[in-house]
Amino acid sequence: MSTGTNHTETKSTDEFIKGLWNENPVFVQVLGMCPVLAVSNTAENALAMGLATAFVLLMSNTLVSLLRNFIPKEVRIASFILIIATFVTITDYAIQAISVDLHKSLGAFISLIVVNCLILSRAEAFASKNTLGKSMMDALGMGLGFLFALFCLGAVREILGNGTFFGLALFPDTFQEWIVMILPAGGFFTLALWLLIFNLIKQRKEATA
Amino acid sequence: MSKEAVKPTSNSFIMLRAMVGIGILCGFLIVVAYEGTLPRVQRLKAEALEAAIFKVIPGITQTKTFMWDGESFVPAKEGDDPRVYAGFDDSGELIGVAIEASGQGYADIIRILYGYDPQKQQIIGFYVLESKETPGLGDKIEKDESFLDNFIAMDVSLTDAGAIANPIVPVKSGAKQNDWEVDGITGATISSRAIGNILAESTALWMPRIFNHTSAFNVEM
Repeated sequence: MSTGTNHTETKSTDEFIKGLWNENPVFVQVLGMCPVLAVSNTAENALAMGLATAFVLLMSNTLVSLLRNFIPKEVRIASFILIIATFVTITDYAIQAISVDLHKSLGAFISLIVVNCLILSRAEAFASKNTLGKSMMDALGMGLGFLFALFCLGAVREILGNGTFFGLALFPDTFQEWIVMILPAGGFFTLALWLLIFNLIKQRKEATA
Repeated sequence: MSKEAVKPTSNSFIMLRAMVGIGILCGFLIVVAYEGTLPRVQRLKAEALEAAIFKVIPGITQTKTFMWDGESFVPAKEGDDPRVYAGFDDSGELIGVAIEASGQGYADIIRILYGYDPQKQQIIGFYVLESKETPGLGDKIEKDESFLDNFIAMDVSLTDAGAIANPIVPVKSGAKQNDWEVDGITGATISSRAIGNILAESTALWMPRIFNHTSAFNVEM
């Protein structure tokens, strides 16, 4: 096995798996915290935001990788941001065309995908240096990893804070909702909880290895 | 800085070519996406507006769209502006009129729809069509029940001279004493004030027009 610094020897599937688990953008790299904390108050919002981000990540990584020999490094950041902003705008139109209510509940956060550091960091650190196939695999892995993390937060927060899961009531009427969980503070609590769990699993794994 | 920055490897033409090329490509993609989604977005927005009309004028079963032609209300055709939406019950009786209004909120423009009952001379319903107010704070203008209670029976009666007797004023949270005051939201002062101001401006314009021309709505279409 290579040391990992030599990307040419790693397989495409490795690029996919790493984003899901070993280099999970939220639980390991702790990137893109603004949408993670803000739009994870319900499972549905988390899923929609995760899908939108994954789509933008996939499309921007694809285009950046295709154009990587065409973009001189002096103007690369400007070019990446332009490409990312384009796909965010397209996503915004697409969500409007899917559902007015969904667009309303995601509100201001769709435009903020542009400044999600995860997307720019994948363009800069990976797609601009790697082949199309690998860049797409990397984006899919990272995107799904982000979606998975956002969903983990959204599910916990909706169940505890609203007593529902995807809008379906889970508990009898006597259940007292933990309102704090759907408020911003609940986002921090839940993120801390998941980070704790993730790190425990990692430690266990390393101890047994 | 490193040596690379001192000795640029690309000349101006290559940089310009990349930026212009990407600009054209991105512009093309955005226009295609916009044109492709426009018909469906417009249809969904029209459906959402239709549903909102039924929310802000409770008890209606049908709606008709009218345009203000400068002197009175006439049935509106596609694209006519400015327009209002009259709501009728089963027997064809005018129950109320829904009016769209917009103004600057804390973030971007807030678009609202409110229902007016010309008989009671009251605002009887309120709905936020579009807003990008801060989630958890400013978006309480859409969800906060005590805020929405402001608009169940809000007084907009006219004086004999045909102006609003008591213009709508936003007040601090909990300070509401009269039916024409908008009780603000703690933590969403700017957003709730914006609603008060949008309503004040819109009612001053539309209430006299509608109140004095209610008979114009009773036409067969």
